[in-house]
Amino acid sequence: MSIAIDREKCIGCGKCRDVCPGTLIKIDAVKKAYIKYPKDCWGCTSCVKECPVYAIRFYLGADMGGLGSRLHIEKADGLLHWIIEKPDGNVSEIVTNPKESNKY
Amino acid sequence: MKTEKITTDILIIGGGTAGCYAALTASERSDAKILICEKAHIKRSGCLAAGVNALNAYITEGRTPQDYVDYAKKDADGIVRDDLLYTMSERLNSVTARLEELGLVILKDENGKYVARGNRNLKINGENIKPLLAGAVEALPNVTVLNRVNIIDFSVSDNKIHGAFGIGIENDTFYVIEAKAVIIATGGAAGLYKPNNPGFSRHKMWYPPFNTGAGYAMGIRHGAEMTTFEMRFIALRCKDTIAPTGTLAQGAGAKQINSLGEVYETKYGLTTSERVYGTVNENLEGRGPCYLRTEGISAGQEESLFKAYLNMAPSQTLKWCESGAPSKYNVEIEGTEPYIVGGHTASGYWVDTHRATTIRGLFAAGDVAGGCPQKYVTGALAEGEIAAESAAEYIAGTIGEPIDDGEITAHIAEIERFTAKDSSDFTTEQLEEAMQTVMDSYAGGIKTNYRFNEKQLTIADMKIKQLLELSENLHAEDFQELMYIYELRERLAVCRSVIAHLKARRETRWHSFAENLDYPEKDNEGWRKYVNSRMENGEIKIILRELTEEGQRLYEHSN
Ligand SMILES: Cc1cc2nc3c(=O)[nH]c(=O)nc-3n(C[C@H](O)[C@H](O)[C@H](O)COP(=O)(O)OP(=O)(O)OC[C@H]3O[C@@H](n4cnc5c(N)ncnc54)[C@H](O)[C@@H]3O)c2cc1C
Ligand code: SF4
Ligand code: SF4
Repeated sequence: MSIAIDREKCIGCGKCRDVCPGTLIKIDAVKKAYIKYPKDCWGCTSCVKECPVYAIRFYLGADMGGLGSRLHIEKADGLLHWIIEKPDGNVSEIVTNPKESNKY
Repeated sequence: MKTEKITTDILIIGGGTAGCYAALTASERSDAKILICEKAHIKRSGCLAAGVNALNAYITEGRTPQDYVDYAKKDADGIVRDDLLYTMSERLNSVTARLEELGLVILKDENGKYVARGNRNLKINGENIKPLLAGAVEALPNVTVLNRVNIIDFSVSDNKIHGAFGIGIENDTFYVIEAKAVIIATGGAAGLYKPNNPGFSRHKMWYPPFNTGAGYAMGIRHGAEMTTFEMRFIALRCKDTIAPTGTLAQGAGAKQINSLGEVYETKYGLTTSERVYGTVNENLEGRGPCYLRTEGISAGQEESLFKAYLNMAPSQTLKWCESGAPSKYNVEIEGTEPYIVGGHTASGYWVDTHRATTIRGLFAAGDVAGGCPQKYVTGALAEGEIAAESAAEYIAGTIGEPIDDGEITAHIAEIERFTAKDSSDFTTEQLEEAMQTVMDSYAGGIKTNYRFNEKQLTIADMKIKQLLELSENLHAEDFQELMYIYELRERLAVCRSVIAHLKARRETRWHSFAENLDYPEKDNEGWRKYVNSRMENGEIKIILRELTEEGQRLYEHSN
């Protein structure tokens, strides 16, 4: 499991790097973020939550049964929109409200 | 490499759950100068990075702190410290109130009362629990936070702490930090054993792979007494994603079933270790795989589960979305590799009731502190509070002493050796894999269904010592790689202690957690004791101690 960063979209703000609990993300010479140690990702999605331009996608490694879907998170109206893009082009969305408790 | 020297009153090592709360407490109860050194960034570091799903330790209406003590004691089959559990339990509700003040969302009923999950849990939205804590710490005037500073050693002489040494992993700086008191809050140790997914997803483990046992290792090196390292924690988790199962079991009421559809949990008992053992055994006897029974849950329940997991372990929801939903398929479960975690089981520093370790001026809180299992988030906060109160009291009567120049030079020389020209065929990654293979094969890992015997442990000990020697010649290109060398060496030091403790307890009190095939039975006559240890002249000396009295409220270090 790991993350993929879209270089085209990245604006080099460094927020993903700042927050990673494993210090795994670096900014290169042309101010683009990259994950230097992809195998060391814990999957916490902290970086995904920080990115202002939604350049980071989170996926499950094939060794843990991943089938190629990608997750990212958009923030709007105080809600978190968890967007899952399937390899066949299908997109689903789950919205969570940070002000609402879990039911379980 | 630059060298920077800093002087402070209280140094907190690790800005996680316990460390952040210790800073809040120390800042309110004293005018001391406080410094937090955190290897990552306090906003999302440690166990709370992705969020948590419930407050697992709370005294619900009609119950008392003593009920919590009794529960934790039963789960650990007696090997706990009554005084530590009680003093933690007393504070669980006040720290919860504080979390709510800081902005944590806790589920309430129409009368404004918290809604309990089972007897001891509260339902929350814990996705942002760490940013809330970190934000409160960053607003304090007398607290300085150094992010990306990894502490590599304490400075101790005559059994008294004077500060610590650290490396700035993004600024090539060697830090010498002088402090009157130190609170160690580095969490537990993951990555000692070969993990469930050893390939590309090797870090998809339950416990944070970045908590590498630094606090344990530094204490061991300086002769601190440690306790109960043989009570390893093995978690029962969702297969592949290693996501927690409590939300399914306690929240949605899903039962553990085998592949024949039989509920097997009642057959083996309901303690944490028995639930793992039962699952292992069902697999061994041909009734695997095992599941949590979710088939047939309603669409509404499923949606709530999706959301609950996004707020804590998002990979599980992603997995459900791409591989099949829990209403259609039961959720497969498996045991993880063993961790050393003082907040779930009882491994860690041997502390007195005030959370003082056996090194003067060094206090411990959270997963790094022993004797007090089932702490979880709120227990870690409670211990952070107690440790900070004790440290504040201690510095009032202490004069800070400078760190000896010779010690500084020795650490610089060590760093220069690791960063000098590459002279080894081995990499840190290779030795880490070798360590995990040794622990997996000879010290009761997944490979042997968590079982071991004395002969295997002897082999494990010999091989871990060899790896420690090989690690002397490792090479680091930069300070991040340097941190990886220190992390490996910490883990190896913790492995040695785990092996020594597993060897020392000649009984099987907890299935799977410490399953000694040479002594497969529980022995209450001989082993209702704490197994403690202390490093003396490079060797681990085992110390057996009598259990605290039933209901004991105070324990002080005697020797
Ligand atoms: C995935 C997961 C889910 C959980 N879910 C729940 C739940 O739902 N409910 C519940 O009550 N409990 C839950 N727990 C348990 C609870 O989160 C922990 O017991 C508690 O947070 C531990 O606090 P701590 O301060 O000891 O460790 P941490 O919060 O992990 O803090 C340790 C800190 O030390 C830092 N550090 C480590 N080494 C060094 C070093 N050498 N130098 C500097 N800094 C260092 C780390 O980066 C980290 O920030 C969960 C735990 C995990 C792992
Ligand atoms: S998901 Fe977490 S561990 Fe992985 S790169 Fe992002 S912040 Fe780091
Ligand atoms: S947060 Fe997004 S935009 Fe900013 S550096 Fe990271 S990937 Fe680039």
